[in-house]
Amino acid sequence: MGISVNGSVREVTSPDHRLLVDWLRDDLGLTGTHVGCTTSQCGACNVMVDGEVVKACTVLVASCEGSEVTTIEGLGTPEALHPMQAAFKSAHGLQCGFCTPGMVMAGIAIANAHGPDVSEATVRHELEGNLCRCTGYQNIVAAIRAGARAMAEAGLLKEPA
Amino acid sequence: MTPFTLERPESLGAARRAFSGDAAFLAGGHTLIPAMKSGLRAVETLIDLSRVPGLESIRREGDRLIVGAMARHAEVAASPVVAAAIPGLARLAAGIGDPQVRRRGTIGGSLANNDPAADYPAAVLALDAVLATTEGTHAADDFFQGMFATALGDGEILTEVQFRVPEAFAYAKFRHPASRYALAGVAVARFPEGVRVAVTGVAYSVFRWADAEAALSAAPPAPVPPLVRDDINSDIHASAEYRAHLAGVMLARAVREMMP
Ligand SMILES: Cc1cc2nc3c(=O)[nH]c(=O)nc-3n(C[C@H](O)[C@H](O)[C@H](O)COP(=O)(O)OP(=O)(O)OC[C@H]3O[C@@H](n4cnc5c(N)ncnc54)[C@H](O)[C@@H]3O)c2cc1C
Ligand code: FES
Ligand code: FES
Repeated sequence: MGISVNGSVREVTSPDHRLLVDWLRDDLGLTGTHVGCTTSQCGACNVMVDGEVVKACTVLVASCEGSEVTTIEGLGTPEALHPMQAAFKSAHGLQCGFCTPGMVMAGIAIANAHGPDVSEATVRHELEGNLCRCTGYQNIVAAIRAGARAMAEAGLLKEPA
Repeated sequence: MTPFTLERPESLGAARRAFSGDAAFLAGGHTLIPAMKSGLRAVETLIDLSRVPGLESIRREGDRLIVGAMARHAEVAASPVVAAAIPGLARLAAGIGDPQVRRRGTIGGSLANNDPAADYPAAVLALDAVLATTEGTHAADDFFQGMFATALGDGEILTEVQFRVPEAFAYAKFRHPASRYALAGVAVARFPEGVRVAVTGVAYSVFRWADAEAALSAAPPAPVPPLVRDDINSDIHASAEYRAHLAGVMLARAVREMMP
């Protein structure tokens, strides 16, 4: 059956106890998804599974057979960034960049759930599963709000269910 | 992580049969996978319940709100059926962990695990719920049997939680700022015959606070005496004295939220 990763189907040949994050990074070489804590706290490993942002260090790859997975590599290209990535760049939403792939993923989930006019308080509340050791969050929050507006302008927001 | 084989059964019967020897069920995995990663748990067979149909349904049946064991915290938080029947339960679900945890974690996993600081056990106990399993049913009063211990037998699958819809319900917790588990969490439910109060995070397992129930059930309600027990948890996060105090504060907050 395999797993569709950023649009192409990949077979899973690793043992059943393999974590999704290890499969992505070590077997597929998609090292944009980071491992910050390994203890389900930091969100650096956030990826999208069937459209939902989850912590890939706390999901078994074997449980994802038949699913669609999107990683940071699948969002945009260096020449054509995803609007949320572009917003992190222009709002200085990163310093060392370690937490950024997970923050961008969380940002997209927030934009999809709360729309272009999401409040600062909502963004902060929704970021509780993402830790950043550098920025103090101020510019991350600004980037996500700007990214949500840019996603709406680009017609990329999911229709509310 | 110690290697295991993952089974993905597509019916409840197949899931039940897949359980043999050193096995465990996998729901949202947000307790079990961290425990296996850190070496606290190891199994030979893991049985993923996510393909078993019907376990995530949320519905109203008479005076009961039924929540399937595989309902994710985020689904309970967003469910209009829950919001109409027991709005405080939707708010409780919305306060578990963080958004990513709520997208994976399930009510069944939380109850089967019975973490002494988990949120759902307090609601289940206060709301006098019935827990339905592959083997029969358990009353909430008999289900929680101590730290990480429940009435579930080996291979018994929790299928749904049947909450009794109360006149009013509220849950207040003082969150640990990092884990967001309860340092103290108090659930209060008012039924025609009286008030039930359940406390989590404070002792080694969720418990009913008899003095608070008696005081709040009296007409007119009487002042609630301070919480006194000899098994109040004391650790680096909070002393026993502080937890007992927090329980009183959370009780007051929950009662205030229930006022019309
Ligand atoms: C970062 C983080 C923060 C968290 N914060 C909170 C919090 O604030 N409050 C809180 O209450 N919880 C919190 N949790 C725990 C979270 O709610 C878990 O998801 C939940 O406790 C377990 O549910 P699960 O579906 O993930 O179960 P799993 O991890 O899959 O399973 C847990 C246990 O239950 C058994 N089990 C699962 N389903 C069934 C079933 N249907 N029948 C029989 N046995 C079953 C499993 O075999 C296992 O032993 C947090 C977790 C994390 C990682
Ligand atoms: S590495 Fe997965 S949450 Fe930190
Ligand atoms: S930018 Fe360094 S951890 Fe967030």
